[in-house]
Amino acid sequence: MALQDVCGFLETLDDISPCTYLPNEMGYMRRTPFEFDRDSAFHFLPPPQQCSRKNRAPTLFSSTFSSLSPHQQPFQLSHGTTTLGFIFQDGVIAAADTRASCKGLICCPISQKIMPIHSHLVVNTSGSGADCMLWERILTREMRLYQLRHRKRLSVNGAAKLLSMMLHPFKGTNVCVAATLCGWDGEETQETLQSCMEIADVKKAVEQDSNVSAISDESAQGSVKMASINEQDEISKDTQALNPTVSDQNTKNVQSTFGGRSGPRVCYVCSDGLQLKGEIISVGSGSPYAYAVLDDGWRWGMTVDEAVALAREAVFRATHWDAYSGNNVDLFHITAHGWRRRDREDLKEEYYREREREKKKIKEREKERQKREGDELVEGEGDIYSVHCG
Amino acid sequence: MMISSRVFGDNGKVKEYHYTGPVEHKFSPYAFNGGTVLAVAGEDFALVASDTRLSEGYSIHSRDSPKCYKLTDTTVIGCSGFHGDCLTLTKIIEARLKMYKHSNNKNMTSGAIAAMLSTILYGKRFFPYYVYNIIGGLDEEGRGARDTYKAGGSASAMLQPLLDNQIGFKNMENVEQVPLTLEKAVQLVKDVFISAAERDVYTGDALKICIITKEGVREEIVPLRKD
Repeated sequence: MALQDVCGFLETLDDISPCTYLPNEMGYMRRTPFEFDRDSAFHFLPPPQQCSRKNRAPTLFSSTFSSLSPHQQPFQLSHGTTTLGFIFQDGVIAAADTRASCKGLICCPISQKIMPIHSHLVVNTSGSGADCMLWERILTREMRLYQLRHRKRLSVNGAAKLLSMMLHPFKGTNVCVAATLCGWDGEETQETLQSCMEIADVKKAVEQDSNVSAISDESAQGSVKMASINEQDEISKDTQALNPTVSDQNTKNVQSTFGGRSGPRVCYVCSDGLQLKGEIISVGSGSPYAYAVLDDGWRWGMTVDEAVALAREAVFRATHWDAYSGNNVDLFHITAHGWRRRDREDLKEEYYREREREKKKIKEREKERQKREGDELVEGEGDIYSVHCG
Repeated sequence: MMISSRVFGDNGKVKEYHYTGPVEHKFSPYAFNGGTVLAVAGEDFALVASDTRLSEGYSIHSRDSPKCYKLTDTTVIGCSGFHGDCLTLTKIIEARLKMYKHSNNKNMTSGAIAAMLSTILYGKRFFPYYVYNIIGGLDEEGRGARDTYKAGGSASAMLQPLLDNQIGFKNMENVEQVPLTLEKAVQLVKDVFISAAERDVYTGDALKICIITKEGVREEIVPLRKD
């Protein structure tokens, strides 16, 4: 292999030979994920642009298309979806619809867009279905290798950076992966628990100050919330509860200041190279509708039931308005103990239930209106204006 | 390559009807050769069916070009789309099957073939195979997958909703969900292809059904509309 590379000898292209297009002298930094393990099944052509850059004897295929722009694809890749992920005081919720569409046709009404990577990390995928499936597998493999080599799990941010680095060689091609990594960072050891408690003390002190500067329209609700969480802080400190989530602070600026070595995380990675951290992330053609619902209902101090209901509602509304989202909703809840999957729910049922509720509301409104008009007819002395003003 | 008809003027020069401006011609490596494939599986059987028409543009190249390829005694693949890529892809799959057999001393299972096909197809992510593939087969114990079905190819958009309704009992209320038997499945496939031939120009001529049971693979040929 080494002599082959030095001489610049290229074997004829066949699907099982390792990727020999990248020069070996570039070493570790330039290795594509497909060279990480030469025995793995993922051997394939890099995008055409890379072939033309090298001064090598072109093989049959590279000469044909290194000078041409990428071909007009005869079929569309599958796109269009609604996925979302958000963090709150008791973990992370990841939700997505299940429709896989291909231009106008629904290829698969029951696809699975949320894949677990390991016990505490789940990835919401959107973009091209084939790309997402493959990159999710590659990411799982690399994270498992990291875990075996370093004897601890890679954090969510670390996984995001890893995925971003692996996707970078394909920037400019039409690989389309937009993944949201949702997970819980940190080990559940006594040590980290202690440090969390210490951080919680300092945070609480800062919270007292931020209480004063709370936004006016939220202040009433906010102070009630904070009061309840402060109480819980007291309780958890006293009883040394195993679950450190309750002692986490609940204001955004405090969290970013202290970093927080363990806790819920949501991170977005895109094949363009964009990496975003946040509290609420929604991706896909239905994401504007999902954001509208989430922004309205999200609070850090939500209970699990509230959070699940919010996620479900967001996906339901998005599927209603967006043509490329629909069918069912999948929901995962990740806590310090791992992920838990909620049963897949068919949104058709929810749609009919909503219709029933609307019908009932209309009937009630109609009844009230009639009652009011009846009252006015009795009271009014034939004055036409009083009936209209009622 | 399609031969377009042209009108020749008095002095033998080609006369164009309308001047449309400068036209850029580009070589397209793909062509669409039509054809529909369908796979249905029941508790203990699987069947893969395809029409046998090979067309391009307004012409028919062949009326006897089936799109089901037998891979092993328990697996059949249906490939439609661009015929050149179908042939190459099936050659590559057959070669990989032989390699597997020689190094592992056993045949590949249906699930393994599907997983391998997924990686073969992704290997050409930036210059794809223009093929719609459906793999039908039984697993190592001779079990199929209950009430599963998929249509691919030119008439797939017409057939898939019909199969959803008849095999998946979808979009209906208060129906008794009887499990699918082999006889009913074969009859259904025949009816479905007859309907497809009525409405899709690229589907027709004949229907070939490969029926996979634990006894092996059996073929049945049914004539369809030839127009």
